[in-house]
Amino acid sequence: MIEFLLQPWPWWFSGGVIALIMFVLLFFGKSFGFSSNLQTICSAAGAGRFASLFNTNWKSQGWNLAFLAGAVTGGWIAHHFLQQEEPVRISEATIAALREYGFSAPLGMQPDELYSWETVLTLRGFLILAVGGLMVGFGARYAGGCTSGHAISGLSDLQWPSLLAVMGFFLGGLVMTHVLFPVLF
Amino acid sequence: MKLFRFFLVGIVFGIVMAKSEAMSWYRIQEMFRFHSFHMFGIIGTAVTLGVLGVALIRKFNVRDYSGRSISFIPKERSMIRYLAGGTIFGLGWALSGACPGPIVVNIGYGCTTMLVVFVFALLGTFLYGIVRNKLPH
Repeated sequence: MIEFLLQPWPWWFSGGVIALIMFVLLFFGKSFGFSSNLQTICSAAGAGRFASLFNTNWKSQGWNLAFLAGAVTGGWIAHHFLQQEEPVRISEATIAALREYGFSAPLGMQPDELYSWETVLTLRGFLILAVGGLMVGFGARYAGGCTSGHAISGLSDLQWPSLLAVMGFFLGGLVMTHVLFPVLF
Repeated sequence: MKLFRFFLVGIVFGIVMAKSEAMSWYRIQEMFRFHSFHMFGIIGTAVTLGVLGVALIRKFNVRDYSGRSISFIPKERSMIRYLAGGTIFGLGWALSGACPGPIVVNIGYGCTTMLVVFVFALLGTFLYGIVRNKLPH
């Protein structure tokens, strides 16, 4: 068991754990949806003075902020205590495709070409992450949820809006990867 | 403490994002290039089990820890907001390689530059709040 958990987790096990997380939250009377936290943090920071979206009782979302704190801690635990294997073992086809855009084969969890401080402290490197983050935050709230709220919770409940949102997630992702990457990189 | 159990569930979430490598930009790229089944397997398994479980919860009117029956709030019917918002989200997801959950998992993992993505995701959320009334929904 311990031996199994210290290996990289296979997709079927990982997917099962994610479903379990959703069910445990339902049992606790909550709904799995991570991006609400971004709205909650804006509310807590006083954004309600500027937009009614943030005029909410953010303290009722404390449970989700606790979940967020746990997620940060979980990443830390995995890195330091669970023999996290690096580099990420992606397919040869992806390595070859990314090489064309100047990305070397993975050395760790994230590419230095995007996520080293050296890159981020250049204007171009900073703008890529800034625009990426901006679109994630804006799009998640516009669509009313992110991967957890729509792709996991919403699809599990067979909600049409969530299927539309997930189609949008993939449309956007495919356009970025296949149309905009050749322009950007 | 009442919130501590959510902290624990969050830890499990952080660990599964790391051990499955779903938090990695490389895995997201691999997914959007259809080069591996890995990410589709993760999401597909979660949704398959989710659909089965939610159907059972409905059928047997399962109650939560406090005895209230578990209810699902239908998302409001509309088209534009889901497609347009979803597409903007997808553009950012493929570029940064992280959706909101994995953004914070990465910060704990030690990818400190992910803080930039996190701060701008907050700004993006704020920006949506400002322009919300001018957008089609």
